[in-house]
Amino acid sequence: MIDYEYLKPASLDEVFDLMKKHGSKAELVAGGTDVMVFIKQGNHSPEVLISLRGLTDLCYIQKNSAYHIGALATHRMLEQSQLVKEELTALQQGSSQVGSIQVRNMGTLGGNICNAAPSADTAAPLLVLDAVAVLQSPEGQRRVPIEEFFIGPSETVKKNDEVLVEIEIPSEMGRFKTAYCKHARRQAMTLPIIGVSVGILLEKDVIADARIALTVAAPTPIRVRQAEDFLKGKPFEEGVLKEAGEIASSPECCMPRDSLRCEGWYREEMVRILIPRVAMAAVEE
Amino acid sequence: MKKVSISFTLNGDTVSAEVPPTWTLLKTLREAFELTGAKEGCGVGECGACTVIVDGQTVNACIYPVPEIDGRHVTTIEGLADKEGNLDPLQTAFLENNGVQCGFCTSGMIMSARSLLDDNSSPNEDEIRTAISGNICRCTGYVQIVESIDIAAKKA
Ligand SMILES: Cc1cc2nc3c(=O)[nH]c(=O)nc-3n(C[C@H](O)[C@H](O)[C@H](O)COP(=O)(O)OP(=O)(O)OC[C@H]3O[C@@H](n4cnc5c(N)ncnc54)[C@H](O)[C@@H]3O)c2cc1C
Ligand code: FES
Ligand code: FES
Repeated sequence: MIDYEYLKPASLDEVFDLMKKHGSKAELVAGGTDVMVFIKQGNHSPEVLISLRGLTDLCYIQKNSAYHIGALATHRMLEQSQLVKEELTALQQGSSQVGSIQVRNMGTLGGNICNAAPSADTAAPLLVLDAVAVLQSPEGQRRVPIEEFFIGPSETVKKNDEVLVEIEIPSEMGRFKTAYCKHARRQAMTLPIIGVSVGILLEKDVIADARIALTVAAPTPIRVRQAEDFLKGKPFEEGVLKEAGEIASSPECCMPRDSLRCEGWYREEMVRILIPRVAMAAVEE
Repeated sequence: MKKVSISFTLNGDTVSAEVPPTWTLLKTLREAFELTGAKEGCGVGECGACTVIVDGQTVNACIYPVPEIDGRHVTTIEGLADKEGNLDPLQTAFLENNGVQCGFCTSGMIMSARSLLDDNSSPNEDEIRTAISGNICRCTGYVQIVESIDIAAKKA
């Protein structure tokens, strides 16, 4: 039977007090689009839900010396933000493909990251954008590069007494052209078979810097540094991009598994094919 | 189980209730307020049959924790017609253009369409299809639904 107490703290300090008081009996809930489903399906049975929705001051998208996105910003906010669309394009494309409008109105960026599904649609874009997760506990803040944040399916480095308060993206990432491709069976309401995000910094027609990230290609979202390094200093042309796709899909870089949604060999093949396409899409935007 | 008190605006009226904290908004609408327009299809956010509008945004009421509804504005399918009972143009268009077959998806479909038209009064077909991509219909094949929304937009 589903039985929990629902607490609605109004400040981060209150959240920390409640987390301390209820310990492992409690679970945090933001938009609830993961947590409520887990509870209804019987996979989670917290005795206490601590809601973060009262932390309305964590619901922002800002740009000053860096880009700052509050953990409670919803996917719909990111989808509709002109700033995110123009300067952090891959993230806009990731958020705008999460579930349905209803799910995006409720679901948050922080929830997507903390839930740490291997298929999370914002993960590859955040890796490409060199995002940093800002974690807060009663002891203070710490900053974790998103690449170190995920340690396994549903597992992150976030400690039990920490709350994710912000995702920060360095301002220079706004100069990269970025894109995300969610390769899936349907156009909506489905999880990716493979997720590919690419960022390219062009100087004249030369690739000055590059980022490539994959989801569902390994137990956690990954960066593919070998392919990135290969691209640096090369001209931006189809042949070069194809070579990057070959490198990224080789067994040294990615080892996608067979799963219910698709077999590993197909994922590998799609990494090879999608990297040049996503790079082109990024630059053509 | 200790109940929680909630007070919110439901289709224009201020209402309140005492409900278990584990109830969803959908269960509360259907059981505490006897508004059975919003349906439970999947219960886990996938089908859209439970779609209602909270503070101007569509949500899946089946996974919306009801303690969060306190102080908010909720519109359900029952709130679309005016006080004299004149239907919303979307409701009329669905009735006149076979947008309804079994009807199970219809109230959620119309709430998603209402939210679309509130933001964009002349959507193209792509925009209509995107707006209802979180609403599953197992009867119509969607063609009459898309047409109904298009006709309602053009009439309004
Ligand atoms: C029908 C449906 C379709 C979906 N489709 C997609 C999809 O296409 N792509 C995709 O990526 N996801 C999808 N999801 C999953 C989900 O919507 C996203 O992961 C969403 O971003 C979760 O955010 P939330 O705020 O709802 O998280 P919640 O459910 O509230 O929380 C998720 C987890 O993160 C923790 N948490 C949340 N916020 C914080 C914080 N600030 N600090 C610390 N811990 C926190 C919670 O304790 C919980 O463990 C779908 C879900 C549904 C129901
Ligand atoms: S019943 Fe809510 S989405 Fe299916
Ligand atoms: S009319 Fe039957 S499910 Fe849509």
